[in-house]
Amino acid sequence: MSGNAEEVRKHIAIYKKIAGALAVGTIVTVLASYLDVSVALGITIALIIASTKASLVAVYFMHLGEERSQWLNLTLGMTAAFWLVLMLVPLFTFSDHIGVAKTLPNANAPMEHAAEAH
Amino acid sequence: MEIPYTVAVRPDTGLNNVKLGIWLFLASEVMLFGGLFSTYVLLRMGAVEWPLGAEFLNIPIGTVNTAILIASSVTMVMAYASLKLGDFAKYKTYMLATVLLPVLFLCIKGYEYYEKVQHDHLPSHSTFLAIYWTMTALHGIHIIGGIAVNGYFWGPGSKMWHTKPAMFENRVEAAGLYWHFVDLVWIFLFPVLYLL
Repeated sequence: MSGNAEEVRKHIAIYKKIAGALAVGTIVTVLASYLDVSVALGITIALIIASTKASLVAVYFMHLGEERSQWLNLTLGMTAAFWLVLMLVPLFTFSDHIGVAKTLPNANAPMEHAAEAH
Repeated sequence: MEIPYTVAVRPDTGLNNVKLGIWLFLASEVMLFGGLFSTYVLLRMGAVEWPLGAEFLNIPIGTVNTAILIASSVTMVMAYASLKLGDFAKYKTYMLATVLLPVLFLCIKGYEYYEKVQHDHLPSHSTFLAIYWTMTALHGIHIIGGIAVNGYFWGPGSKMWHTKPAMFENRVEAAGLYWHFVDLVWIFLFPVLYLL
């Protein structure tokens, strides 16, 4: 943000709108949690609302929308990439088990020590 | 010797050193909280049963605390804008609000913690409560850090405005970036822990 008074006042007007949007977003987040939907859909809705609110804070309050530095873009891009890797770790952990046969003990199979039992 | 590029933009990075420094710090913070969120997802996906946050946590209290933190983020950005307009008196008012609102947040959080202890809902009770205590306490430590820094810029640190206003603006901007990040973390913590 430059020191130009007119521009700062325009920013202040935007900040007030963003404050209102964040308040509405918070109410919507709480109301959405009462929706009778599946857990997966509930999580998706809550995270979409949270991400929207977070984007508003980052773009307007943290002025990311105005930053033009390639170094900052590189820093934030790498942060986002590593964050994504962190979030994918649980997914990779569980996908590791996909295709691994998990069978219940076969009741018809001969017992290991069946002969000894007789 | 004066530290270079605390106000002027470095030609190679396109940022002053204050801003580059705080963004690098915030990047490391993203990794810190990202690791914990990742742990949360791993624990939740691996759990046979996972309680709804509302079973243990008070949603109205969490909502009020969310509103308080958002309000403090707004007063922080207004404090910075007031400096840009050269209105020091308004800056002091907004900055005081930015310091007091998170104090209220911590008081409410303290009440929540007190209730948890009373009901023996300690980290050892369940995996959910363990991750709840870890994440909210770490966030709380960040809040305390923010109160200390913002309190300094409201009080003794604000003298710099009269001698080096541009440098003071930069410092407040950096403190503001940190403060918005703390708010941002809570924006995710609230639904993840309380509502899902």
